[in-house]
Amino acid sequence: MQSKTTGNGVRRNPPHPPYVRPMAGWWARNPFFVRYMVREVTAVAVWVYALVLSCGVLRLSQGEAAWNGWLSAMQSRASIVLHLVLLLGMVLHVHSWFEIMPKTMAPIIVGGERVSAQRIQRTGWTVAVVVTVAVLLLAVWSQS
Amino acid sequence: MKKRSNAPFFWLMFGAGGMLSALFGTALVLITGLATPLGIGLHSDFMAYPRVLAFAQNFIGKGFVFVVITLFAWHAAHRIFHSLHDVGIHNGTVAKLLCYGSAFVMTCVAAYSLLCIGF
Amino acid sequence: MAEPTRMIEIQMLRYRPEQESEPIWQSYQVPFTEDMSVLQGLQYIKDDIDGTLSFRWSCRMAICGSCGMMINRKPSLSCQTFLRDLLPGPVKVEALDHLPIERDLVVSVEPFVKKLEGIKPYIIPKEERALSEGEYLQTPAQLEKIEQFSSCINCMLCYAACPQFGLNPDFTGPGVLALLHRYNADSRDGGREQRMEILNAEEGVWSCTAVGYCSEVCPKGVDPANAVNQNKVNSALDYFIRFLPNSQSKKGA
Repeated sequence: MQSKTTGNGVRRNPPHPPYVRPMAGWWARNPFFVRYMVREVTAVAVWVYALVLSCGVLRLSQGEAAWNGWLSAMQSRASIVLHLVLLLGMVLHVHSWFEIMPKTMAPIIVGGERVSAQRIQRTGWTVAVVVTVAVLLLAVWSQS
Repeated sequence: MKKRSNAPFFWLMFGAGGMLSALFGTALVLITGLATPLGIGLHSDFMAYPRVLAFAQNFIGKGFVFVVITLFAWHAAHRIFHSLHDVGIHNGTVAKLLCYGSAFVMTCVAAYSLLCIGF
Repeated sequence: MAEPTRMIEIQMLRYRPEQESEPIWQSYQVPFTEDMSVLQGLQYIKDDIDGTLSFRWSCRMAICGSCGMMINRKPSLSCQTFLRDLLPGPVKVEALDHLPIERDLVVSVEPFVKKLEGIKPYIIPKEERALSEGEYLQTPAQLEKIEQFSSCINCMLCYAACPQFGLNPDFTGPGVLALLHRYNADSRDGGREQRMEILNAEEGVWSCTAVGYCSEVCPKGVDPANAVNQNKVNSALDYFIRFLPNSQSKKGA
């Protein structure tokens, strides 16, 4: 039987290229990947909110009437529904951000032992909750 | 010789924006998008023009607003750009221009507006 | 009274390039016992049902890295996956994801091996050292920094797990980058500078989006996701520090 040597030195008998499987829809085929995509999609919430704030600050620079226009747009039903979705996105972002954080860090040694991934995650989530509550309290306090 | 990637700059912006939005994003969406418009927990005049103007004219307030908009935008742009690749949209240049371009536009709008508002 | 033999269905993705242009599913009924691994199931099929089945295996004890395959959509070592845990079946078995199929469950490994060779996977001494100076001394803490990353058995499960590798086969990938980190982080090694080019490239650490599935499937607890993402910091530092006046870093290509 005739054999042919391919570029990387493998002889194939007869010559057939290896079969490459398509990647389309890869992320739907495994729950782990679905969770990954959910994590990545939270960026859309962050993007939309940055856009909302950009519009707001632009309107602010254009005077009181423009600003009030933006404020009443924020009171519309569409905006409320949007911000409920954005809120969900932000919460998912917080959770997934600290979930992956231990993977991104060099080992931290405290008292001769490596700090566990769970401790890093819990610390992150705790700080996020504390900061969130602090900002909300600050807002409420600043009204008086 | 392999070409060095320029990803580090965008990745640092992504990281900073991700951390900032993880810490402040929830509270800010609640305050600006839900509590104030609906008058829940905060008066609906919490974001009245004089109050917000004063905040934005303040050096710290101005800085805060600018950093939030900029870092949120660049974090999101970086992640969305990579997600497009994940779902099969590989046209590098167009996708890059749309994603990072939008972040650049938001940065400029924020900078311009905040400067116009004055001190 | 003898117990009736328990059977389980194993569905295999077959690919014989000389007779089919695309892989096809084939089903087998396999008698099994409590202690049988999927590998043993495959061996039964090859020995007793269909001798044309092709698959790699060797040690049967999760150390050689040969028997990696997709078992119910998860990259696994077939010698370490047990049929009793996959009841009631059917068990779906395919070649490792993201790698080209040569035949049945056999995938192309040459690109992976080339990448492995390309990272200089050996200690490059910091300075010349005479035999008379004796061996290198290493503290337990120094060993701890590299030990998990040295546990890699080159099974390529992490490549089957990594969608970024699937989308771009030029990505150096989790296993190779973990090994690169193993050497850079070794207190005896001075070859970091020589390996930076690989890390700094787009196909180096910057193709990784921290999916993390690689570490999830690794049978040896290497945690390649951590190795890669730790080196994003190193690569970023290298990127910016080269602009400092006394920097030893090579300027970019």
